[in-house]
Amino acid sequence: MELQRNAQAGTFESSDIMILIEPLKNKQGRKIEISSSVMLQYGDMLSELVNNILDKYEIENVHLIAKDKGALEPTIIARLETAITRALNQQKGTLL
Amino acid sequence: MKTKRRTMLYIPGNNPAMLQQGGIYGADSLLLDLEDAVALNEKDSARILVKNMLNSISYYNTEVCVRVNHLDTPFGIEDLETIVPLQPDAIRFPKTETVKELKKLIDIIESIENKHNLPHNKMTIHAMIETALGVQNVFEIAKFSKRVDAITIGGQDLTADMNIVNAKDGSGIDLARKMIVMAAKANNIDAIDTVFVDVNDEEGLRLETEYAKKIGFTGKAVINPRQIDIIHEVYTPTEAEIRRAFRIIKEFKKNKDAGIGVFAIDGKMVDAPVVARARHTLDLAEIKY
Repeated sequence: MELQRNAQAGTFESSDIMILIEPLKNKQGRKIEISSSVMLQYGDMLSELVNNILDKYEIENVHLIAKDKGALEPTIIARLETAITRALNQQKGTLL
Repeated sequence: MKTKRRTMLYIPGNNPAMLQQGGIYGADSLLLDLEDAVALNEKDSARILVKNMLNSISYYNTEVCVRVNHLDTPFGIEDLETIVPLQPDAIRFPKTETVKELKKLIDIIESIENKHNLPHNKMTIHAMIETALGVQNVFEIAKFSKRVDAITIGGQDLTADMNIVNAKDGSGIDLARKMIVMAAKANNIDAIDTVFVDVNDEEGLRLETEYAKKIGFTGKAVINPRQIDIIHEVYTPTEAEIRRAFRIIKEFKKNKDAGIGVFAIDGKMVDAPVVARARHTLDLAEIKY
């Protein structure tokens, strides 16, 4: 799916993750930048999770920045889902 | 024995740290809030976060309720579409004013449940009374459906609706409190008191909880985990009360076998209502008799 606009979700609070998404032009691929307070321990898992969610939404051309403050998996998935639906202009039931 | 609802702790729906720790605070019930605790431009974010948390986090034996937005807002329907399929223990519906809107809510919930092949008798509904009109209609609201198993009072919104100062002595909402309790008792459901907003005033919280207990509230909403122990203390019978309740039950059984319905303990009459209160005391203390 093609992203429509820049979007973000999450916060810089502890146990949360901030996701920023920027659409890239066709065939530019995925440019993913992850930083985390637990990068050494969970960096690989975080990267795999981000790619899995992008796969689920069939997003191939994206610049994604993730700044993690020790979020659990359900939080990471939720923030990615929110940022992606916002970037796709598919968010529902909000005043955004 | 019914689920105890001495404390219902509000957890802001867009706060991952509090959502993931909800089960460890010791409250009887958690209120994952999609309504007032969430900014209007983060409603989608909170809804998706609560959905993922409900799918993954264990809240142990704590009852889990989700407060959705009202159906008159642009958020209410989407909240129900997302949360109802996950079947938390209860949905809390804010600003319930009429039976008509309660019927609309239940119709929507049951049509979502039908779509997902879910039963209609698992998840209950807590109707929140937060306006003068809601207070006037509370008896009808409480008796409308078996799914409504608790009525709660929202003191902040009620005082705003009545255009009065939310006095610390609660005088402005005292009639509403008592009408809500009476409606709940008449329908054998729980009545939950409003929050105590000054988290630093522990003595004030204790006094207000003692009053709420005295007039019949089953429990109290909580905005900070620090308030939980104080409310539980108020709602937990003292050793003297438990000893007396035991004596009453024991004497009642003995007299019943002898065909006597009314008797005295320490010069005070004991009849069926006193025995019922003794049973309630032992239930609160989680003691089998």
